[in-house]
Amino acid sequence: MDLLRFITAGSVDDGKSTLIGRLLFDTKNILADQMEAIEKASKSRNDGEIDLALLTDGLRSEREQGITIDVAYKYFQTPNRKFISIDAPGHIQYTRNMVTGASNADLAIILVDARQGVVEQTRRHSLIAAMLGIPHVVVAINKMDLVGYSEDRFLEIAADYNSLAQKLKIKDLSIIPVSALNGDNVVDKSAHMPWYNGDTMLTVLEQVNVLKDLNLNDGRFSVQYVIRPQTAELHDYRGYAGRIQSGTFRRGDRIMVLPSEQTSTIEKIEIGGNEVDEAFAGQSITISLTNDIDISRGDMLITADYQHPVVSQDLETLICWMDDRKELKVGGKFTLQHGTTRTRCSVRSIDYRIDINSYEQLEGIESLKLNDVARVVLRTAQPIAYDPYLQNRTNGAAILIDETSNVTVGACMIE
Amino acid sequence: MTNTFDYLDQLEAEAIYIMREVAGQFERPALLFSGGKDSITLVRLAQKAFAPAKIPFTLVHVDTGHNFPEAIQYRDELVEKIGAKLVVRYVEDTIKAKGLQEPTGKNASRNWLQTYTLLDTIEEFEFDACIGGARRDEEKARAKERIFSFRDEFGQWDPKRQRPELWNLFNGRIHKGENVRVFPISNWTELDVWSYIKRENIDLPSIYFAHERECILRDGRLLNHTPVIQPDENDQIVTRRVRFRTVGDMTCTAAVESDAATLDEVVAEITISRISERGETRIDDQQTEAAMEDRKKGGYF
Repeated sequence: MDLLRFITAGSVDDGKSTLIGRLLFDTKNILADQMEAIEKASKSRNDGEIDLALLTDGLRSEREQGITIDVAYKYFQTPNRKFISIDAPGHIQYTRNMVTGASNADLAIILVDARQGVVEQTRRHSLIAAMLGIPHVVVAINKMDLVGYSEDRFLEIAADYNSLAQKLKIKDLSIIPVSALNGDNVVDKSAHMPWYNGDTMLTVLEQVNVLKDLNLNDGRFSVQYVIRPQTAELHDYRGYAGRIQSGTFRRGDRIMVLPSEQTSTIEKIEIGGNEVDEAFAGQSITISLTNDIDISRGDMLITADYQHPVVSQDLETLICWMDDRKELKVGGKFTLQHGTTRTRCSVRSIDYRIDINSYEQLEGIESLKLNDVARVVLRTAQPIAYDPYLQNRTNGAAILIDETSNVTVGACMIE
Repeated sequence: MTNTFDYLDQLEAEAIYIMREVAGQFERPALLFSGGKDSITLVRLAQKAFAPAKIPFTLVHVDTGHNFPEAIQYRDELVEKIGAKLVVRYVEDTIKAKGLQEPTGKNASRNWLQTYTLLDTIEEFEFDACIGGARRDEEKARAKERIFSFRDEFGQWDPKRQRPELWNLFNGRIHKGENVRVFPISNWTELDVWSYIKRENIDLPSIYFAHERECILRDGRLLNHTPVIQPDENDQIVTRRVRFRTVGDMTCTAAVESDAATLDEVVAEITISRISERGETRIDDQQTEAAMEDRKKGGYF
């Protein structure tokens, strides 16, 4: 059984929390005491109708305001798969939260209200999903009950969305008519929409192939830590600990260390102290090499016989600015964290800002404010070994850290 | 071969990655060890992360004085076996030194007072990172917490000013005096922990398995019959076959009736359980809807 991480984008009004509540409820993942708590809370709030949305509200301030502010995680499983549901708020003032949630998602569910069709918010959520390189997108056309389960309405919205998806180069797209409130096409097939022959939401979530998304060729391995037991019997042991970002590493493979470009051969690969012949993207391993070369945290090992990453101090990036206290300006200096490397960087230029609703590129931008997305050129103090983000999400991503407050202020996707 | 990389392997790989980030980013990391199954799982993950070397974390146990003796014995044996460094600090000492008021009355618990001892211990040893076994499926406030959770110099968690946490890039940069709580098994569920314990064949304290025990039956819950809990006229003393689903302070951890005496039986029982772990066994979370949120803001785990 494997694991799927998906993000749900939409606002309270779209029925996002209700949809997640419905998924949990219909897959029997709500436990008795949780249900009791929801019933209790529902009684004190509305007219007594059980509000499945209450399942996902976490913090007191969120319950008070009836909205999701932060990213919330929910866990559930079916006999076929385990799921981590990432619930991020949909309003424009919470763009950074959606970007955060999207960064780790394999799939995005984008909610569209059947009465409204594709609106500004749909465009925004779709852009973020595409920009963050989420490989699979599911559009849930919700509240079909309120448009009389009309096939014409569904087809109209689907056509609108398809043209949007083409523009954004969304690769794998499913569009499903649902009613989260009544459970149509969420887990069970709808009796109200016999004209719909596609899969239900859960079927898509259970069957989408995430293994195919892994890059198993171009070996990238950032060294996190050097293991040196320094005991009598393991006196010469030197293991490089890290998690493979992409590709496959095998015993006997030729590797190159970046940025130093020294080469060596893999002598041994261990997982949890046990030797294995090969290991691939996602696995946490320890590598020993045939000869002693100088390697420390922040260095990258790559498989020498496959495509190499770009090694450069000049980075063209898409940045989502996440700080509400300071702005990003040309000349600003930050710490850039990429893989296990940290280096100082400065902002060379802001080429343009992207209006995330209209997709317009706005030039002549002086600074970035919270939630702005822009194309920014950075210059780093030390060279970075990266791949373009949309080809390699783990090796094309970086964060900016403010050097005085230590807060994470920017998300960078290197182009 | 990628087909053999199942969800437990994925969760393990993620947790090991997080542990190694702690070792790589911090000077004085600690692992908060309670003798419960979650922290026992953390120790196993740490061993795997740094094999064949010893784990590079000091184990820290905040002892309320109301711990299960079985858990304490287990702790000492484990430390001996893996050659780890252990620091134990006692809530009792903090109460005396600081002149703290012990909670009284029914359901009185020192659980909340642990925070003072923990913060003092962090200060005493200048720990800059504390690894804990909290999971997001446990409780609503925990579902919102970062994996690297920043705490200010007073140990406080501010849910509204959490650092954005993107991809697997963990930002552990802090100023002196601040610290980071790190939760490597954030994305695990209770069932995942049990399934992992079973797969790895990890030894647990005996109280996790069904046994006969004299209990105090209070408001439908079974508490351990021990001198630290005073029964009142509404309580009944009963002997039941029970196991513990969580192992915390005896005053706020209830037992569940069970015949599950082996790992297989426990996993089977959890799989079909219709009540959440904290809902069934934690008395401290029942008091208000935001009990955990408030404790965390004050510096709790």
